[in-house]
Amino acid sequence: MAASVPWTRPFSRLLGRQHSVLPGFDLSLGLALLYLGLLVLLPLSAAFIKTSTLSGSAFLDAVASPRALASYRLSFGMAALAALLNAGAGLLVAWVLVRYRFPLRRLVDAFVDLPFALPTAVAGIALTALYAPNGWVGQWLPFKVAFTPLGVWVALVFIGLPFVVRTLQPVLEELSHEREEAAATLGASRWQTLTRVVLPTLVPALLTGFALAFARGVGEYGSVIFIAGNMPMISEITPLLIITKLEQYDYAGATAIAVVMLVASFALLLSINVLQAWTRRRQGER
Amino acid sequence: MNPAISEPRWLRWTLVGAALAFMALFLFLPLAIVFAEALKKGWEVYVASLLDDDALAALRLTLIAAAVSVPLNLAFGLAAAWALAKFDFKGKSLLLSLIDLPFAVSPVIAGLIFVLIFGLQGWFGAWLQDHDVRIIFALPGIVLATVFVTVPFVARELIPLMQAQGTEQEEAAHVLGASGWQMFRRVTLPNVRWALLYGVILCNARAMGEFGAVSVVSGHVRGETNTLPLHIEVAYNDYQFAAAFAVASLLAGLALVTLALKFLVERRLQNQLRKALQ
Repeated sequence: MAASVPWTRPFSRLLGRQHSVLPGFDLSLGLALLYLGLLVLLPLSAAFIKTSTLSGSAFLDAVASPRALASYRLSFGMAALAALLNAGAGLLVAWVLVRYRFPLRRLVDAFVDLPFALPTAVAGIALTALYAPNGWVGQWLPFKVAFTPLGVWVALVFIGLPFVVRTLQPVLEELSHEREEAAATLGASRWQTLTRVVLPTLVPALLTGFALAFARGVGEYGSVIFIAGNMPMISEITPLLIITKLEQYDYAGATAIAVVMLVASFALLLSINVLQAWTRRRQGER
Repeated sequence: MNPAISEPRWLRWTLVGAALAFMALFLFLPLAIVFAEALKKGWEVYVASLLDDDALAALRLTLIAAAVSVPLNLAFGLAAAWALAKFDFKGKSLLLSLIDLPFAVSPVIAGLIFVLIFGLQGWFGAWLQDHDVRIIFALPGIVLATVFVTVPFVARELIPLMQAQGTEQEEAAHVLGASGWQMFRRVTLPNVRWALLYGVILCNARAMGEFGAVSVVSGHVRGETNTLPLHIEVAYNDYQFAAAFAVASLLAGLALVTLALKFLVERRLQNQLRKALQ
């Protein structure tokens, strides 16, 4: 058998996989690693390599300029505020979809995914038309939304909603009624049951949904740039600043800011993984 | 419903009303205004905007980008899912996280990294220029950026299902003398067909709709390097709102088809997953 020849099946030997009669481990893992390496990891490493050629002070000048700092405040701040609204609204939508029966419920449920399916540029011009001073919604508001930082928030609320709903829904569906019945039998009011029994079990999923919506919002570009107004220092998001720098042929500056965003995204990805593991443990406990 | 574990009727309907009002404001109105704005100047302008040469060229480019990236990521998804779901090995959870990496990266950065490699100032910029090969501001760059942002879609639908289905059926086929390819084609593929279809639907929607990553590598040459989303941007910035919204309505239609297909496939997939987990 080929396995006895030392130089074949490198992954089987290297990664000490458990014995299996199924074929194709080395081939499939090799192809997957090659693909990820060439198309994802190598390109991403280019950003870090490019930045490592910068001197420390040049790097700081690029990533800590007042304009860059203002863009982080806007991107991270609005992503957090939008994820916050979505945590509340997403909880409401998920609760209603799982617990109550009403006409067209399954259609409404399917419609929650619209922000996943609708291209961001389409969402961007649609939201701008809605919230422009003479738009369907904008004309009724006493303050400006489109072309202000508030417009960024509106776009990120749109983009983030499904993350919270889709993270909460399975957890709510698995939630057994028994604990709620037990609480009611022991004399808890419905409000007490909801806030002291139901809500605590939802916390990990709620945080995961918040983090997913936040992470998406920080890097979002297409749905935001049409409605934001894009004024430097005021309504310029970080991804747009990267593009502006690229268009000025400041590749090093653009890449330095990109590295800051990448590090933040990886940290978020890591915390989301931890949160998801926590959610699964919580579900397993019940 | 048991009153002790449910809310009073008036509260239930208030909550349903609030949820629907929120969704109407943030989801339904944006969708509705796309079609309203597209048809504002009448059918003739609408049809002319869609049959415009630049719009058709953009449509062609979008179809090419999707036609390359979907099969590539489908093949990757199958290979990665086979290794991850059917075998145990060191570093498995790390590989799982790596697959999701493109989702964590801002689309703008997904475009930027390819400029750093293939752009004029990039690693291969001088060599490519000497050999008269264009990657950035041309089709290959657009395809690369699209592939990057859609890498996880098929894999992440396949892996949980294949993990839940285990290895027994494949082992039986193998023991009964099926070759690796026969086993894969007759046992594995039929077992995962709904997950595969689901992943392909999502992958295709993102491939056709990607904006940020493609925007960085495209160069926005009308009729040449504009995909449909980029064509929308260019028309919109030229104040050709009817044209921008007409093309946008095409992509909004694609989104609705995607949601409908998702709706149809999702249920079968969930049933299959539930059965496999039992």
